[in-house]
Amino acid sequence: MQSSVKFLKHKGWHQTGIIALIGGIYFIGSMILSFDNAKGLLSVPKAFNWLFVNFRPTASSVEYLPRIWQKLIQTVLLAISSTVVAAIVSMFVALIGSKVTGVNGYVQVIVRGIASFFRNIPLVAWSMILLFSFKQSDFTGFLALLLMSIGYLIRAFMEIIEDEASETMMALKATGASYFQVIFQAVLPQILPSVLSWILYMVENNVRDATLVGILTGTGIGFIFDVYYKSFRFDAAGMTVLAIIFVVIVLETISNQIRRIIL
Amino acid sequence: MLEVKKLRKSYEKDRPALTDISFNIKPGTFVAIIGPSGAGKTTILRSLNQLIKDDGGQILLDGNDIRTANKMELRKYRRQIGMVFQNYNLVERLTVIENVLHGRLGYKSTIAGVFGRYTQQEKEEAVSLLKKVGLENFALQRCSELSGGQKQRVGIARSLIQHPKVILCDEPIASLDPASAQNVMELLKELTEEYNLICIANLHQINMAKKYADQIIGIRKGQLVFDEDADSLSEDVLRTLYDQEITKELK
Repeated sequence: MQSSVKFLKHKGWHQTGIIALIGGIYFIGSMILSFDNAKGLLSVPKAFNWLFVNFRPTASSVEYLPRIWQKLIQTVLLAISSTVVAAIVSMFVALIGSKVTGVNGYVQVIVRGIASFFRNIPLVAWSMILLFSFKQSDFTGFLALLLMSIGYLIRAFMEIIEDEASETMMALKATGASYFQVIFQAVLPQILPSVLSWILYMVENNVRDATLVGILTGTGIGFIFDVYYKSFRFDAAGMTVLAIIFVVIVLETISNQIRRIIL
Repeated sequence: MLEVKKLRKSYEKDRPALTDISFNIKPGTFVAIIGPSGAGKTTILRSLNQLIKDDGGQILLDGNDIRTANKMELRKYRRQIGMVFQNYNLVERLTVIENVLHGRLGYKSTIAGVFGRYTQQEKEEAVSLLKKVGLENFALQRCSELSGGQKQRVGIARSLIQHPKVILCDEPIASLDPASAQNVMELLKELTEEYNLICIANLHQINMAKKYADQIIGIRKGQLVFDEDADSLSEDVLRTLYDQEITKELK
């Protein structure tokens, strides 16, 4: 009793100490950088005001819409196609790499290594590297998104298989079913909802990322934003951003609906 | 006839999980394996269909050693040995009848199995087995919609459609309420007699073991300490098995 009271008291001191430490680091940091807190705070409304005045689409920016729309659809299709291809590749790799359905220990280690390699190179770096080899084209953007998605999906699919399929897999193995029968009759049907949910998430994510990749590789909606921005047509750039936000929200709503039905 | 001779297994060096387990079971016998958690009950059960590879001994099903079988032969043995699990291990998203038909996969070619092509005869048998376990009205429901007791009966139907000689039950009633548990035990007992099966169940409920089993095997720290008719299970035996007084379970 006595010791648990003591423990809680100690814990309270610890928390106070940590908060004080974080605050202290902030103040020392702003002193070193000679960052004026008050001035910084005051400039926030001013900055937003500028943003609002310059980026606000005007009546004349509506004429940009068809072009924006065309590029946006191109970007969404790019995101969807890269995710679908990534999902097919990743499912195959995850099946031979997971602990329950995997081939053997060595393959598992290699697959994990490949997945984490693709995942841990930032998307920006992928785009730049691929840009040199594949030049400025939609295919470059497709590849950058594909490699990144593969890294994430392999890892996610392996964990889904290990969490959700091991028990049914054992049951079917015990009936004398062969490896491929077990995969198609037990593992795949069992993991399907979680897998679809991940694919939908990845599509949403890739639409957002495709914008950035587009700026870097000169394709899709990212490119058009870049062009408007750099030619000081801020109203058109603002229109582009609004269009992207609109599409992302629509996609998210659709995929949430699909999720509700399948899960 | 199932004969197990000097079965050995250790997961770590010098720490045997099973030491020289031997027992015989005649067809038409319901056997309960009892003993404390970690004694090796599950290891025995899973060695019997080689889901766990043991280290040595013999497992003879009608005189043929399962342990020395190659991959193709093992498939043939496994289809004669049904298995029922504590967590049912059904494909929850599929319908009841699809789960029952999974029991036929061991008899099918890989291609037919992969695409789930079953014959008319197999489908009819699945329906009649569902009738037998009392689920004829649930055939087209998803398994995720069933209660625990119903799921376990689907599991039993899945093992029966294998036309098994042996059914292994790994804690079949551990996740069930008392009423469902009793129904499942009664069903297993009935089927054992009707199909002249060897039914082996790992149990923690000693009263259930005593009530339904014909033969009881007691395992303690990987060693066989009891193997006799259910009637000869006494308080003394239970004391050695569990290292403490267990009296009320026998009433």
